[in-house]
Amino acid sequence: IIVGVPLWWRTTETYRAWLPVSQINELSNLQLQLSAEVEVVFARGTVTPEQQKKVPLTQIQDEEHTVDGDLFINAVCLVVTKIRRLQGNICLKCVFSRGHSFEVQDMDVYVGQRRTALLRIGAQMRVGKTLDQLLAHLEPRIKQVLQVMSFSHTDISAALSDRVRLSPGNKESIADSMRTFKSSPGYEITFSLLNPDPKSHRLHWDIEGAVQTYIQPLLTKLASVANFSIDSQTLYYAMLGVNPRFDSSLSAYTLHSDSLAHVINPVEARLGSNAASSNPVLNFLLYVPDAHHSPLYIHDRKKQEVPSNAFHSPRWGGIMVYNVNGFYGPEAVFPVDVNINMAKVMGVFLAQLRLLLGVQSSTAPSGFLVAPCGSNGLADWELDRLMWSRSVENVATATTTITSLAQLLEQIGNIVINDNIAEQVSSAVTSLQLAVAELETGNLRFALQYSKEAILASERAFFDPSLLHLLYFPDDQKFAIYIPLFLPMCVPILLSLLKIVSDARQKRREKQAKKD
Amino acid sequence: FLGEQCCTMKILTLLSLLATHLSASSVNIEENAGQFFSSGHTNNWAVLVCTSRFWFNYRHVANTLSVYRSVKRLGIPDSHIVLMLADDMACNHRNPKPATVFSHKNMELNVYGDDVEVDYRGYEVTVENFLRVLTGRLPPSTPRSKRLLSDDRSNILIYLTGHGGNGFLKFQDSEEISNVELADAFEQMWQKRRYNELLFIIDTCQGASMYERFYSPNLMALASSQVGEDSLSHQPDLAIGVHLMDRYTFYLLEFLEDIHPSSKANMNDLFKVCPKSQCVSTPGHRTDLFLRDPGSALITDFFGSVRKVEITMETINLTEPIQQVDGSVSDGSSVVPPGVHR
Repeated sequence: IIVGVPLWWRTTETYRAWLPVSQINELSNLQLQLSAEVEVVFARGTVTPEQQKKVPLTQIQDEEHTVDGDLFINAVCLVVTKIRRLQGNICLKCVFSRGHSFEVQDMDVYVGQRRTALLRIGAQMRVGKTLDQLLAHLEPRIKQVLQVMSFSHTDISAALSDRVRLSPGNKESIADSMRTFKSSPGYEITFSLLNPDPKSHRLHWDIEGAVQTYIQPLLTKLASVANFSIDSQTLYYAMLGVNPRFDSSLSAYTLHSDSLAHVINPVEARLGSNAASSNPVLNFLLYVPDAHHSPLYIHDRKKQEVPSNAFHSPRWGGIMVYNVNGFYGPEAVFPVDVNINMAKVMGVFLAQLRLLLGVQSSTAPSGFLVAPCGSNGLADWELDRLMWSRSVENVATATTTITSLAQLLEQIGNIVINDNIAEQVSSAVTSLQLAVAELETGNLRFALQYSKEAILASERAFFDPSLLHLLYFPDDQKFAIYIPLFLPMCVPILLSLLKIVSDARQKRREKQAKKD
Repeated sequence: FLGEQCCTMKILTLLSLLATHLSASSVNIEENAGQFFSSGHTNNWAVLVCTSRFWFNYRHVANTLSVYRSVKRLGIPDSHIVLMLADDMACNHRNPKPATVFSHKNMELNVYGDDVEVDYRGYEVTVENFLRVLTGRLPPSTPRSKRLLSDDRSNILIYLTGHGGNGFLKFQDSEEISNVELADAFEQMWQKRRYNELLFIIDTCQGASMYERFYSPNLMALASSQVGEDSLSHQPDLAIGVHLMDRYTFYLLEFLEDIHPSSKANMNDLFKVCPKSQCVSTPGHRTDLFLRDPGSALITDFFGSVRKVEITMETINLTEPIQQVDGSVSDGSSVVPPGVHR
């Protein structure tokens, strides 16, 4: 027994490397502090020189939000007012409305392409009001601008939808969160040209050049967020799954928005995908209707024509219908060569890409005028916004993964934990702690980088193939295995033990009898 | 302020465009958002497993292939279906009609077809592979078609058929999966948010025991028989010599043949499939873990793949000419007259 029991214990033990369980438990009470730096610049003439001297240099505004009770987020705004040069992350200019500047009505804020917003102070805030009143008037408006340009409560709640089921508050935000692809280290984008009628149309599209000119700048700008790989293909004899109706008033074929949902499935079966990677795929399809069904227009629910002639499906991609019948007359000799106007096509695809990646936010509040995004397809503040929500999403997902992995490994006592898994878990925990610290100080790039590292490590640890629990033994099976082995052995041992005990007792009685 | 006068016209036009755009898009979002709330899913997956091998278990393969056919017909593409079969029926030496698997007497319907894509065949159908597919713990070399790449907005249909008992399901005559393991696998899927809603259908003897232990949210389960009952097969075919299908799946298929992609039939109709008079066993179902009301869950939420669709309202105005990859510049659309080829 002395030798056997420890030996049996050691040989049936499973190897479990050490995991930083206490740190993981600490992380699971996720307390995120997000701070965004704002600089407010008062244009000349907005504040009097005396007021200039009294303007406070820093003002920190704390806002606590609870999401689902056990999560606290403090959004800290550092407002530094300076009169001089522009520095820092976001610059708000408070503009005094003079006679002929900004005559546009109903517009109080203009959001630029980089990180600047121009804020107009209303006429009622002219000279004569005190500094305190001015600042009191400005604070809520600055907060509003910040919500549009950086992050708002709804954005962060949506990013945390992994941990908390989004309560159906805002319909728009739910639609946004369902449409956007989840944060992933890489994405694959596939452009497909569908030509159902090669006998009539011979289509040429300069996809390489178009991607290089229009799409690549956006993806290069997003390189810190994810890797993208692009491919393209042409599919012949690919039909839509629905029959368009002929509308004699327009002398064109129409597709009603209700039937659009059934268009995608028959086509999807023929689209390939890269077998080697497991990244999410964004499909962009360009459909050129056959000569007998041209022109083809998409109608929305109100039976009105859609100007872009395109639609998209959440978390899948987009389809655009491109009519070419306008380019040749009835006496043309088939097949007709057609060069596709890639600028128009890419305009639509780029807009859909922005929507699907979560760059496009829901409509700005009233009184805001947002500058159209530049040639990159992405304004700087939109990138910041995306980085905020991705960082929070990554941190939340990684925390959930690590916590549930730790719980799982604790619960199931006989899963082997290899060293590499413990290493991944430790590195994930470290990256998470660093990411949370960077979020607190507002260093977006570093926060995003650490959060990406955390997610990669946690996913690798969670999905390690060696963590498969196949060792479920119900109790009755355990007894059934051990009893036939040990019972026959135990019987003579027990009997001899009993005999030894009764012998010892007898001897003791004899000794006592002798003594007496 | 610097040069507003020249910009006012531009700003005015921009603003008017923006105003109309804003009003249009807000109305559309209202209407489109309506279809988002019936269910929270954006894509569909199906995992169909036949756990038996050998010629006399023909009916299990026919069961699985029939469900596979229905699911494909209703729109789920092969890339989203993980099909696990022993696949030893169609080319079996005892099959009088090689390369076919029939589901109906008189050989009306060949469910094997010519575009079956079996992802795990033969000896690859094991408990380990099944659990690996569900939890995602596959070795990095596994190709995409063998993975379940679902996310938190995926509705998954899981169909199991074969020989089972009270609390277990037999895999290929050599191993078993217990209901506890299955429940744990689903819990791990939930922890990693690998599904939005999951429909679990099992057609084996004492099938209801397999869903007794589930404890993760958003699961709905159907079984062909209660604990203590056997699921019976439907009809033998004298030419082929074996039973072709099981009763529950046969009537399930009859029900699904009436469903088309835009059908509005809901889960309550599915629960009524195969009453005791037809099935001899009592089918059971479990909906207490399902958060929505089963009457509001459409059949096509799980068996089909109805995509949510939004109209693209915005486009970006791109004015730069295309740079050729080798550096030169070309312009936009034109028609090349026939006879002149680029």
